[in-house]
Amino acid sequence: MISQLSWKVGGQQGEGIESTGEIFSIALNRLGYYLYGYRHFSSRIKGGHTNNKIRVSTTQVRSIADDLDILVAFDQETIDFNFHELRQGGIVIADAKFNPTIPDESKATLYAVPFTDIATELGTALMKNMVAVGASSAVLGLDISVYEGVVQEIFGRKGEQVVAKNMEAIRAGAQFMREQLGDNIQLMQLDKADGKKRMFMIGNDAIALGALAGGARFMAAYPITPASEIMEYLIKKLPQFGGTVIQTEDEIAACTMAIGANYAGVRTLTASAGPGLSLMMEAIGLAGITETPIVIVDTQRGGPSTGLPTKQEQSDLMAMIYGTHGEIPKVVMAPSTVQEAFYDMVEAFNIAEEYQCPVIVLTDLQLSLGKQTVEPLEYDKIEIRRGKLVTGELPEIPDKGCFKRYEVTEDGVSPRVLPGMKNGIHHVTGVEHDETGRPSEVAANRISQMDKRLRKLKHIQFPTPVHKHVKHEEADLLIVGFNSTRGAIEEAMERLERDGIKVNHAHVRLIHPFPTEDMLPLVQSAKKVVVVENNATGQLANILKMNVGHAEKVFNVLKYDGNPFLPHEVYTKCKELF
Amino acid sequence: MATFKDFRNNIKPNWCPGCGDFSVQAAIQRAAANVGLEPHELVVVSGIGCSGRISGYINSYGFHGVHGRALPIAQGVKMANRDLTVIAAGGDGDGFAIGMGHTIHAIRRNIDITYIVMDNQIYGLTKGQTSPRSEVGFKTKSTPQGSVEPALSIMEMALTAGATFVAQSFSSDLKELTQLIEEGMKHKGFSLINVFSPCVTYNKVNTYDWFKDNLTSLSSIEGYDPSNREMAMQTLMKHKGLVTGLIYQNKERKSYQDLVPGYSEKPLTEADLTISKEKFDQLVGEFM
Repeated sequence: MISQLSWKVGGQQGEGIESTGEIFSIALNRLGYYLYGYRHFSSRIKGGHTNNKIRVSTTQVRSIADDLDILVAFDQETIDFNFHELRQGGIVIADAKFNPTIPDESKATLYAVPFTDIATELGTALMKNMVAVGASSAVLGLDISVYEGVVQEIFGRKGEQVVAKNMEAIRAGAQFMREQLGDNIQLMQLDKADGKKRMFMIGNDAIALGALAGGARFMAAYPITPASEIMEYLIKKLPQFGGTVIQTEDEIAACTMAIGANYAGVRTLTASAGPGLSLMMEAIGLAGITETPIVIVDTQRGGPSTGLPTKQEQSDLMAMIYGTHGEIPKVVMAPSTVQEAFYDMVEAFNIAEEYQCPVIVLTDLQLSLGKQTVEPLEYDKIEIRRGKLVTGELPEIPDKGCFKRYEVTEDGVSPRVLPGMKNGIHHVTGVEHDETGRPSEVAANRISQMDKRLRKLKHIQFPTPVHKHVKHEEADLLIVGFNSTRGAIEEAMERLERDGIKVNHAHVRLIHPFPTEDMLPLVQSAKKVVVVENNATGQLANILKMNVGHAEKVFNVLKYDGNPFLPHEVYTKCKELF
Repeated sequence: MATFKDFRNNIKPNWCPGCGDFSVQAAIQRAAANVGLEPHELVVVSGIGCSGRISGYINSYGFHGVHGRALPIAQGVKMANRDLTVIAAGGDGDGFAIGMGHTIHAIRRNIDITYIVMDNQIYGLTKGQTSPRSEVGFKTKSTPQGSVEPALSIMEMALTAGATFVAQSFSSDLKELTQLIEEGMKHKGFSLINVFSPCVTYNKVNTYDWFKDNLTSLSSIEGYDPSNREMAMQTLMKHKGLVTGLIYQNKERKSYQDLVPGYSEKPLTEADLTISKEKFDQLVGEFM
C-alpha cells in the first residue's frame, strides 16, 4: 500500500481527456484523498496533445510530483511525449485500439486495454474515457461504487439508461484491468483515505467565491485565458444577489466600467491576464489619482505579448507594481494557495475601500487553473470594512461649495461620499486637483495632494504579508517565492533538511508595498537567499534586493519554459549552492 | 424644485469665447431642471479634450476620466446605481476616434444613459489636428495637404449599430438642443445626441455660418417619422448627415437593465454586502 501517487491522462484535445481527469478526481475527492492537479493544454479547441496530471495523497499536497506512477494514454503521442516522466516501475494503460508501444520495457509495464472496443460494445465509443476511469480505479484499488453518485450528477439529466451504461463502462474497465494485473494488483493500491468531505476547486473558483463573499456585486470583464472562469462563475451567481457581469468590448472598457461602478459605490472587480492588464494601465492610474477603489485580478501566464497563453509564468510582477505612468498608491497581493486566494479577495475589497486605491490580486496559471483539495473555508473569517465611506446626512455647504472629497488628512485617506448623496457634490478628475476635486496646477497643492495619496499606504495593515516557514534562528538558506511555487519549495525544503541543510522559507503574500520589515530579519539570519520564480529576469529577487539589500547573498532559481517548478528542480538548484 | 440656476456652479469655463460648448453646458443645465432633477441626482461623466471639461462646469456630481472612456465609466455608474441620471459627454475625437469601440458597444448594449457629443470636426485642445469627423480635403496641422480619409457618417453608424435614440442638434439652437437632451434623458435606453458645436479657433471651415447654410431641420421635412428606421437612414444619406432634430427613436426595445436576468430593481449600491451563513454553506457545498 502507498500513501500517494501521480496519475496522468493524455490524448488529443477535445477527446474527453478533461472529463476523464475530472470524473476520476471527483471520485477521489469524495473518498477523502487530497488532490493537486495540473493541466497541460494548448490555445486551440480541437486537436493537439493535452494532458491532465493529478497527484493523489492521503495528506495535503501543494505541488505536482516529480515523476509519474500511472500514465493513461488515448494515443501514441501521449506515451511518446510523457514516458520520460514515468518512474521506474510505473505503468502505462493505453487504448488497445492504436496498438500502443513503449520505448523502454525495463522501465515500465504497458497494459493495453480496449477502451474503445469495450465502450463500443456497451453502446458508444464516447464512453471510452469511462473505461479508462474504471481501469485506473482498479489499479488504485478504489471502491467502484463511489462513481454511482458522480455519474448520476453528470449524466442524470440524460436519463437512467445513460447513467447505467456509463457505470457499466467503469465496471467493465475495472474488471478488465484487474484480470490484466493479476498478482501485480497490489503494486499501486492506495492507503484508505479518511473519507472527509473537502472542497475541490481551482484558484479561479476561490477568487470568484471570495469576491462574492467580499461583497462584490458587479463585474466587468473581457474573456481571456487563464482568467475567464472567474467571470463565468460570477455570471451564474451574481444574479442571485441582484448583481451581474458585463462582458465588455475590451479590457479598457472592463477596467473603466469597474471604476465607474466603484465610484458609484458598488464593490466591483475585473479580472484578466497580462495582455488585458497592459490595456488597463491608463485606467489604473485614473483609479489611483481619483482615489477610486477597485480590485483587479491578474492571472499571470507566459508573456510577453501573446507569449505562452496557456502556460505557467510569473513575469507580470514588475508591471503590476510599477505599471501605469506617474506615481500612485497601489496594493499588489499574491496568494499562494486556493484558500489564500479566497481570503485575499475578501481582504482586497476591504483594502481597496479603506485606502481608496487600486488593489491587484496576482495569481499565476497554475494557481488559477490547477484543481486542488481545499481545507474548509471559514465563514466567520469574512469581514466587510468600508473605510471612510460617509453614510447618513451631510451638512449643507454654502455658496455652491463642494464637498472636500480629497481633504488632506493625517493618514492621507479622505472621507468618501457617493454620487446621489445630498450635499456631497464634488468633482472627480484624472487631472491634478484640489481638495474638492477641482483641477489645479498650483505647485503647493500638487505636492500636498501627491503626498497625501502616497502616504495612505504607509499605514497599511495587512494580516499576513509573508507566509513564514521558519524553523531556524540562523539558517544556511532562505528560500523565497510567491504564488503557486509554495508546494514545490516546501517539498524541496524537506529534502534539503534531510541533507542537513538548515532551511527557512518565506512566501511573499503582499508584494507591494513590499513587507521589508518582515523580510529583513529573515534575510539577515540566512547565509544564502534563493528566490524561486517562474520568470527569466528574477523580478522578485530584484525587488527583494531593492528593498532589503544584501544583494551579495541573493541567488536566482528561475524557470521560464512554461511549466511549473517540480520539487526536485528547486531541490537540485538549491543543493548546487552548497 | 431645482431650476437651471441650481445646476450652475462658480467655475469659469476655460473654453474660448464663442465656443459652441457653452450652449451645450446651458442646455444640459436647463434639461436637468426641466425633467425635475436635483443636482445631486445627476452624474456627468466626461472624456478628455476641451469638451471633456464640461463635467466640472455643472453643479452636479461629475467624473472627468481618461481620453475616450467616458462611456464605460458612465455605464458603470448607471449599473451601480440605476436611480441616478447619467450623462456622458465628450468631443468627436473622444467618442469617434479613441473611444469608438466603446461608442458602438454602448449603443448596442442600450444601458439607460444619455451621450452628448460636442462635434467640432477637429482636435481643439491639442491645437488643431484632423478628426474622424473632418471632411476629405480638410487641412489641419496633421493633414497639411488636406485629409484623404472620409468623415465618419456617425448618425448612420449609430442606426446600424442598433441605436434606440439618435438625435442631432446645433449649439446655436439652445431651445431644440435642450428639448432633445430632455427627451434623451427620458428615453428608456441609450440616447445619442450629436451636437454641432463649432470650434471658433481651429476650424475655419465648419463655422456657425457654414452650419446655418448647410443644416436641414427634420421639422421642415413633411411626413418625417422618427420611428421609421428606414426613413431615418434615407434622410441622413440624402442630406449627408447634416440634419437636426430627433432622427430615430425606438420606444419598444427595453433597456439593458430591464432585460438582464436577475439584475436588482433597486440600486445595487443598496445591496447587502454580506452573504448569509446558509447561502455560504450552499456555495461551498457545490465544490464538494
